[in-house]
Amino acid sequence: MPRVVISGQAARRFTGGATELEVEANTFRRLVLELDRRFPGLGRQIDESMAVAIDGEIFQDAYLAQLKPESEIYLIPKIGGG
Amino acid sequence: MTYISKEFQKVVGTRPIRPDGVDKVTGKANFGADMVMPGMLWGKVKRSPHAHARILAIHTEKARALPGVKAVVTWEDFPPIPSEEAFVGEGPMNFRDLSRNCMARDKVLYDGHAVAAVAATSPAIAEEACDLIQVDYHVLPHVIDVEEAMKPDAPLLHDDLFTQGVDPKPTRASNVAKMIGFTKGDIDAGFREADVTIERRYSNAPVHQAYIEPHACVVSAAADGQTTIWSSSQGHFMVRAYCAKLLGIDISQIRAIAAEIGGGFGGKTLIYLEPLALAMSRKTGRPVKMVMSREEVFRGTGPAAGAVIEVRLGAKKDGRLTAAEAVLKYQAGAFPGSPVGPGCMCAFAMYDIPNAKVTGYDVVSNRPKVAAYRAPGAPNSSYGVESCLDELADQLGIDPLALREKNAAKDGVKALHGPTWQNIGYAATVEAAKNHPHMKEPLGPNQGRGVASGFWFNIGGESSAACHINEDGTAVVAVGTPDIGGSRASMAIMAAEILGIPVERVRPIVADTSSIGYSFLTGGSRVTFATGMATTQAAEKVVEELKKRAAMIWDISPDAVEWKDGKAWPAGPNAGSFEPLPLAEIALKSGRTGGPISAEVSVNAQGAGPGFATHICDVEVDKETGYVKILRYTAVQDVGRAIHPSYVEGQIQGGVTQGIGWALNEEYIYDKDGRLENPGFLDYRVPVAPDVPMIDTVMVENANPRHPFGARGVGEVPIVPPMAAVANAINDAIGVRMRDLPMSPPRLRAAIDRNGG
Repeated sequence: MPRVVISGQAARRFTGGATELEVEANTFRRLVLELDRRFPGLGRQIDESMAVAIDGEIFQDAYLAQLKPESEIYLIPKIGGG
Repeated sequence: MTYISKEFQKVVGTRPIRPDGVDKVTGKANFGADMVMPGMLWGKVKRSPHAHARILAIHTEKARALPGVKAVVTWEDFPPIPSEEAFVGEGPMNFRDLSRNCMARDKVLYDGHAVAAVAATSPAIAEEACDLIQVDYHVLPHVIDVEEAMKPDAPLLHDDLFTQGVDPKPTRASNVAKMIGFTKGDIDAGFREADVTIERRYSNAPVHQAYIEPHACVVSAAADGQTTIWSSSQGHFMVRAYCAKLLGIDISQIRAIAAEIGGGFGGKTLIYLEPLALAMSRKTGRPVKMVMSREEVFRGTGPAAGAVIEVRLGAKKDGRLTAAEAVLKYQAGAFPGSPVGPGCMCAFAMYDIPNAKVTGYDVVSNRPKVAAYRAPGAPNSSYGVESCLDELADQLGIDPLALREKNAAKDGVKALHGPTWQNIGYAATVEAAKNHPHMKEPLGPNQGRGVASGFWFNIGGESSAACHINEDGTAVVAVGTPDIGGSRASMAIMAAEILGIPVERVRPIVADTSSIGYSFLTGGSRVTFATGMATTQAAEKVVEELKKRAAMIWDISPDAVEWKDGKAWPAGPNAGSFEPLPLAEIALKSGRTGGPISAEVSVNAQGAGPGFATHICDVEVDKETGYVKILRYTAVQDVGRAIHPSYVEGQIQGGVTQGIGWALNEEYIYDKDGRLENPGFLDYRVPVAPDVPMIDTVMVENANPRHPFGARGVGEVPIVPPMAAVANAINDAIGVRMRDLPMSPPRLRAAIDRNGG
C-alpha cells in the first residue's frame, strides 16, 4: 500500500500529529481524495500549497501520476522560483 | 519522444545569434516604457514617507483641481479582497495582501508603500498632483530587523497574524507568520556520535534583484470594459489574472501583451503598477502609462529576503557528517511569504547526512514585501551552511572540497525534505571542480581560495506553444512565456531540430494572452524545460502532419513516410520510389492537401531535474582598505543538456555576478525612522564590469531523462554558492571569518581591526 509522509508542519494540523500514513490508491488523485475523506481540509491544503515527491520525483501537480503498491509519497511545500 | 542521444542533435548545442539580439543592440526593442498611445495619460504614485503608520485621511481635492489631472485613485477605488491564499510566481501569496501591497488601505507598512495614484496629461503634472495630495497619518513604532521583529514586544504589523505551524495555536498576534520544520533521523543521537561539533550564526542582508529596467506598463480600458495591458513582467498571464482578481473583472476582458523585459530575476513575478493604471484608465477612458523611477523600484518593490542562519554541524574525525541542524529566520517584508520553505529544503540538500533538522521562521517587518530572486531562499541558507562547512573543514584539517566530496549526496540518498535523489550530478560537479586547473593556480600574499556548493530544485509547470508552417517553408514558434534569458533562441533551436530546418528559418515570438494557451510565468528555471517540451511536441505534431501531406502527394500511406533533414522520404523500397519532398514544397501545396499546417500544444511539464553547482573563487584582500578583488572565479554546474550553450554560460555568469554583489556590497540602509537611505545605484552598489573577472563556466552535461533533449533549468543555482565561496576565500586569504553580509570594505576593515590587524 502506498506510504504517505507529510513532512511540512502545516499539513500536520489536519492529521492529529500523524506524519506517516498508508493509503490505498493507485493514482495520486485518488490518494488525495482518500486523505481528504479521512482528514477534511487536507485535500485543499495539498491542492493549493503543496508539491509532492513520488518515489523521488517532485511533481508540482500530480493528479495523473500513477502509484505503485510500494510507492513512497512525500508532501512538501510547493516550490516556485525566480 | 526522446532525442537525448547527441547523434540526433544537429542544432541543439549550437550557438546561433539570438533572434531578439539585433533589436536590442540597436535600441529598437520595445520595452515596457517604450509603448506610446494616442491620448495617453501619465500615472504617478504617491508613496508613504513612514515605515509604519495608520492612515487617518487622504485629501485629494487640491490634486483633482489641478489642470491636467484626469483621475486620482486611493484604496477606496479597489474592492476589498478577502484573505485568500494562492500559489503564485515564487511562493504562497494572499490576494488580500497583494491588493494592499499595491495600494495601502488602513495602514502603511513600509517607507514607499503606495497610498494614492494620479493620472494626468503629463508626468510633471502627475508628480505635482501627487505632491498636492495630503495624507494624515498616525505614525506607529516600526521594526526593520528580523530578530527584533520576532520579539514578543515588537511593534505588530498585523493584528490578525497568528503564527502558523505551532502547537497549540497561538492566541496572541505576532510578526512570525509561520514556523516550518523538517527532520530526518535522530538529531540528538547524531550529535552524540560526532567527534567534532561546530555551531555558528550567520546573517545576510535583503538585496534587490536590481534589474536594469524599472517596472513599466501601459493600460487601455475601453468603454465596453475590454482592456489591453502592455507591461514588463515575467508572466503576462500572471498580470492578467492578478489584475482581474484585484479589480473584480473577468479574465476574458483583459488581453495582456508581454513587452521586452530588461531583467526580472524573480522580481517581476508580482504586479505593482498595472492595477493602478487599469483603475485610472477605466475612470478616464484613456490609456494610462506608468513607469517607476529607480528610487521607486527600491522603495516600493520586493527585494530578496535577508536572513539569520544558525548552523550546527557534527562530524567524525574523518569528516563524515553525523548530524546537521539549522534555524532560519527569514525576512518576509510587510506581508507574510518569505521563501523560508525552499530555504529549509535547500540548506543541506547537497549532502548525505543521516540525522538532520531544519526549522524556519517567516517573519514580517516594515520593509517592502519580498519578491523572488534567483533560487529564492536557497542562497540565504546555503551561505550559512557552506560557510560553516568550511569552518568545520578547517577545524578537522580536511580540504574543504574533499569534505564536500566525502559527504556528497548521490542517487539513492534520501534528502532531508523527503525525496530520494535520482539522476543527480552533484558529485560530478565536485569532481570537475577538484580536477579543474583553477585549483592548482598559485596564490600570492593576501590572496585566498574558497569553494562552495549549491542546489536548486528547478520546476516545470504549465506551458503552451504553437508551431505554424509558413507558405515558404519557414516556421513560427509562438509561446506564452516571456523571454528573459534568451528562451526564444532555445525554442527556435528545439523546433528547428525537430523540423529539420536551419534555426534561422524559425521565427520565435512571445504571443499575447489571447493568442496562445495559458502559460505559467517565466521563473523557477522552467521555460527551456517546460515550454521547450511544449514546443518540441508542437513541432512533432507538425512533422506528423507534414508526413501525411507528403503521403497524400505521393498517394501512399502516411506510415510509409519518414521525416529526415527537413524532408519527407519514402520509408523504404516498398514505399515506392519518390524524390524527397522538402518542407517548403509541402508548405506550398498545403492549401491543396488540407489547409494550413500548424499545431498548438499545452503541457503541465513534470520531471524538472534538479540543479547542483560547485564554485571556486580566488580573492585578494587589501587589508588597508578592506577592499576585496575577485581574482578568478570558476563555476561548475550540472546543466543537463545545454540547448544554447552561450545562454547557459550567460545564466551562470549572471548568477555568479549577482551573488558576488550580495556577498560584497549590496544592502538596504535604513535610518532610525525606517526610511530607506540608499534607493539608487550610486549608494546601492551592484557589481559592474570592472568588479568581476571573466567568469569561467564548466558545464557538466548530465542529461535530464524527462526532457526530450535532456534539458535542466540553469538560471537559479548559480547564485547559490557565491556568497559562501567569497567568504571562504576571504578567510583563506587573511584568516578573518566574515559571518555577516555584505562583506563591504568598512565591515571587512572593522573585522580586520578586531582580528588584530
